[in-house]
Amino acid sequence: MQSELTLPTKAHKSKKNKPFKLPPRVKKMAWLTLSVTVAVGVWWLLSVIPSTAQSFPNPVSVAQAIGTMVGRGVLLSDIGSSLFSVAWGFIFGFVLALPTAILMAWYKPLENIIGPWIQFIRSIPPLAYVPLVVVSAGIGAKAQIIVICIATFLVMTVTIYQGVVNIDPTLIKAARVLGARDRDIFIHVIVPAATPYIITAVRLGATTALTTLIAAESTGAEAGLGMRIQSLSQTFDVAPMMLYIIIIGIIGITLDKFIRLFERKVTKWQDK
Amino acid sequence: MAGQIKLAIQHISKTYQSERGETTALADINLSIDENEFVTVIGPSGCGKSTLLNIIAGLETASSGQIICDDQPVKGTGSERGVVFQQYALFPWLTVRQNVAFGLKMRKDKSVAGQARIDRYIKMVGLSEFAGSYPKELSGGMRQRVAIARAYAADPAVLLMDEPFGALDAQTRGQLQEELLQTWEKEQKTCFFITHDVDEAILLGQRIVIMDSHPGTVKEVVPVNLPYPRNQETRLSEDFLAIKKHVWAQVYHATAV
Ligand SMILES: Nc1ncnc2c1ncn2[C@@H]1O[C@H](COP(=O)(O)OP(=O)(O)O)[C@@H](O)[C@H]1O
Ligand SMILES: [Mg+2]
Repeated sequence: MQSELTLPTKAHKSKKNKPFKLPPRVKKMAWLTLSVTVAVGVWWLLSVIPSTAQSFPNPVSVAQAIGTMVGRGVLLSDIGSSLFSVAWGFIFGFVLALPTAILMAWYKPLENIIGPWIQFIRSIPPLAYVPLVVVSAGIGAKAQIIVICIATFLVMTVTIYQGVVNIDPTLIKAARVLGARDRDIFIHVIVPAATPYIITAVRLGATTALTTLIAAESTGAEAGLGMRIQSLSQTFDVAPMMLYIIIIGIIGITLDKFIRLFERKVTKWQDK
Repeated sequence: MAGQIKLAIQHISKTYQSERGETTALADINLSIDENEFVTVIGPSGCGKSTLLNIIAGLETASSGQIICDDQPVKGTGSERGVVFQQYALFPWLTVRQNVAFGLKMRKDKSVAGQARIDRYIKMVGLSEFAGSYPKELSGGMRQRVAIARAYAADPAVLLMDEPFGALDAQTRGQLQEELLQTWEKEQKTCFFITHDVDEAILLGQRIVIMDSHPGTVKEVVPVNLPYPRNQETRLSEDFLAIKKHVWAQVYHATAV
């Protein structure tokens, strides 16, 4: 009897205690908004402190630079040109890296031969061999795609290789005793088991593609975000420079967000 | 209990080559297992139990000798020989149902009867509610149940099990032992079951193969004439304890050498 009487009061009380429970997504958005607001505040502060003002044009002038650069007809073509090179360089890099990594993991001799090459070339900053590529490919998208392809291929091959090598051999045995042939094992065991590594490779590859591109463009190009920053620096035109830097950041973070979204979809089976 | 010979292990030897020289894992193993017989194998760690199981499964090749299954020499893996591994070996990216269905998928069997069999074995191991769950959401005991259902669903005539309950806590192990006994009594299959637990070897087996190490050999084959149905209470009977004393002495003696 008593518990029956106290129950409603309790429920009433707890309801009263937490009248505004924000859903986690709203909470996250609120924090993000706060973070961005504080960032703009700090930026604005830096733009008025004399010793940093030269590098930090105030936010309003950077916003105005959007109009200026669109007016000059370069903003969209710069973004387009950069994304074009990033996308193709990355795609070629990935298409080469996936089979290379898997073959390396399956045939030890191949690993022994090309493994050291990959380690060696990977230790060279791509910027060092850009001029060498330009000699035969010329200045422009072709050279950029080649350089990005090389850089992303290397990082993705190493990552995917690790994933394939780390596959639990018992899983392959289990598949075999259930009647799987080599082809089935490749499709139904190797690929899904390596998927988390493949996605990590894609994320590393996307970051590498962007950094490599900006570096490659600044040594000479007809258009592009990196090239424009370089040419604006000749005239100390800091507002559009800052704008371009922010755009590069937005592209990077957007790519990463997309990949993470995809990752969550395909690896929901994984222990975290 | 004498029936038709299902599996014959004939003069099986296995030598591994390594940098430190040769290891003879198995030396001239001979054993015949009848159709629907339940044989348990016990012996000190490293005596070649897993090696023998892998050779029977066709996952490894013997250095000499042969395995005869249904009067045919074994060459590689085959769907008439199913395996349950100690580490469960479930595909973590597949749900419980997809794991159990893997064998049929490899065979491209999309028949209604096949689908019904999948559901029946998931039900048999009591995991119908978890058919859509991923292995990470299951306890160790549940995972091993899925692995057993997966092996059964592929409908092998011989079931090879390598310490399947070795990683489980005592209570779960006892439960799964009884479930396995019930299943075996219901749907007869030839079972080759490796364990390092003397009680488990006696409770499950109709015969216990005691192995010795360096090199791996069969030391003794002990018949277990305990009545069915067997359950955890069987472990308290006089007959059980007598067998346990004997097997214990043999296994312990082998380890002490
Ligand atoms: N792939 C291998 N290479 C070399 N030696 C091995 C290999 N697999 C097993 N061995 C050796 O063979 C012997 C038997 O191993 P195993 O069959 O795993 O024993 P058990 O399962 O009885 O513990 C051990 O001495 C082990 O070191
Ligand atoms: Mg073993």
